[in-house]
Amino acid sequence: MKDFTRFSRPAGIAKQKKPMRDFKRITLLCGHYGSGKTNVAVNLAVALRERYPRVAVADLDIVNPYFRSKDSRGQFEDLGIRLICSEYANTNVDLPALPQDMYAVTDDKDLRVVIDVGGDDRGALALGRIAPRILEEKDYEMLAVINASRPLTRTPQDTVDVLREIEAAGGIPFTGIVNNTNLGRETDPDVIFDSVSYAETVSNLMSIPVVMTSVPKEIFPKLQGKIENLFPLELQKKL
Amino acid sequence: MITVSDKVLMKGNEAIAEAAIIAGCRHYFGYPITPQTEVAAYMAKRMPKIGGCFLQAESEIAAINMVYGVASTGKRVMTSSSSPGISLKGEGLSYLAGSDLPALVVNVQRGGPGLGGIQPSQSDYFQATRAGGHGDFKMIVLAPASVQEMAELTVKGFDLADKYRMTTMLLADGTMGQMMEPVALNELKVGAPVEKPWATTGTKLEREHNIVNSLFLDPAALEQTNFERFDRYKTIEENETMYEEYLMDDADIAIAAFGIAARVSKNAIDEARKDGIKVGMIRPITLWPFPVVPFRKAADQVKAMISVELSMGQMIEDVRLATECKVPVTLCNRVGGMIPSPEQVLESIRTAAAKIGGAN
Repeated sequence: MKDFTRFSRPAGIAKQKKPMRDFKRITLLCGHYGSGKTNVAVNLAVALRERYPRVAVADLDIVNPYFRSKDSRGQFEDLGIRLICSEYANTNVDLPALPQDMYAVTDDKDLRVVIDVGGDDRGALALGRIAPRILEEKDYEMLAVINASRPLTRTPQDTVDVLREIEAAGGIPFTGIVNNTNLGRETDPDVIFDSVSYAETVSNLMSIPVVMTSVPKEIFPKLQGKIENLFPLELQKKL
Repeated sequence: MITVSDKVLMKGNEAIAEAAIIAGCRHYFGYPITPQTEVAAYMAKRMPKIGGCFLQAESEIAAINMVYGVASTGKRVMTSSSSPGISLKGEGLSYLAGSDLPALVVNVQRGGPGLGGIQPSQSDYFQATRAGGHGDFKMIVLAPASVQEMAELTVKGFDLADKYRMTTMLLADGTMGQMMEPVALNELKVGAPVEKPWATTGTKLEREHNIVNSLFLDPAALEQTNFERFDRYKTIEENETMYEEYLMDDADIAIAAFGIAARVSKNAIDEARKDGIKVGMIRPITLWPFPVVPFRKAADQVKAMISVELSMGQMIEDVRLATECKVPVTLCNRVGGMIPSPEQVLESIRTAAAKIGGAN
């Protein structure tokens, strides 16, 4: 196994001007299918890597074999981020298998981990094996990634229904919301502004805070200072 | 005017499912297979909420025969699969044709033959346009090139199926199924309902029984059904052809491409134009009926054609037939789940331009 701790700060990653809010040791990202979990996970890992020497992304997606973080293994290595994913991904035995080194997530207490969980309640089932350990350690955040532009989560109530199913399957209650509302390449400031009250309503219904609102980095400057906890996102090509 | 917030961000597969529901489809039968499983997953979530029927069949063969059953009652019905699953449905497709039943069948193609892979392909072109099953029959074959078109052609597919009492196949590929783009669902236009006096809806003791059947042991009668069906096909060829032309007005070179290959080709054409190469594209939207007229016209204008395909060269045969081999047609392709890059297409354009002396 390559020792990723020896990497210095990767070149090309600019320091954020405003320090990012504190994150717990483990950040779990769950949400409706296609809400943008993987993209948020990768961007978050890159941001965490600026602060912490040892950062990992754990791909627990057992639902969709079409987009695999393993496709970007080289990119992760360049950034000094460890990738925990199934050895069988992208092979002829691409079964819904969990990674063999999955327990590094809970056993290696010096590691900052972003866990990318598969979509919907079925995807969250994969958490079952490690949920008790995560709950016991109590150093985690369980974030709901939501997107008001997705067809089955357009209203706050529909969104909450999906999130409740995920909680029930994964066994870990949500602690915060990532408002990742976007229309792909057609995302403009209005799409983000319009989504603020949607995210707040979900927040009220679930009694958990909106911990960040993600925006494509191209329009980040237009929204800076106008929405709290903005998080600039770089779109990953194939993840 | 539509504002951006009226749009939703959808996967191609989801767009198919939602558009089918908008078109009035309340019966979906399928069996999971990558890269089209989201169609079934979406239907499973939505159908129970709107009083529709989602049923995961025990196999693709079962699913297509359930389609046959619902189609017999005149209700709008759909199934979807990917390449190996469509092969399994072949028998059912033939029976649907033999019984003149309308249905929408979706094929989100993956690399083959055999189990092949799960990445995008267009190598079921022959199967869709020539031989979906045994016997003399055609399906209307629609080839979308964006997620918006996935939705629009799904609606159109149901309308055409009802109008001509036959199967429409939506022939997409893994890219189209998996990619996410904004979709304006409120722009979809559903055609007026078609009367279906042949449907098995109960006689109410007011008429003779309707019989849905593809067995005709009297050869003369069977011949007659074939003749009548092909008369209908002729009407479709004359009236329902769809295509898009891109920068063809002054073109010396024409690219033929559909679906994802057309999107890649557009980028290559824009690059080639910067170098002064006059290249355009004809994008068939109906693969059957094939848009013969624009290709025939182009054959008198351009000096070379390039067929860009994710297959070993299948549509290229229709291009050669349509142009009666008046101009040389070369193939630019990748297979097995690989996609031609804009650079590869650009290289083919440059090669063609050098041969005809069209570059300046």
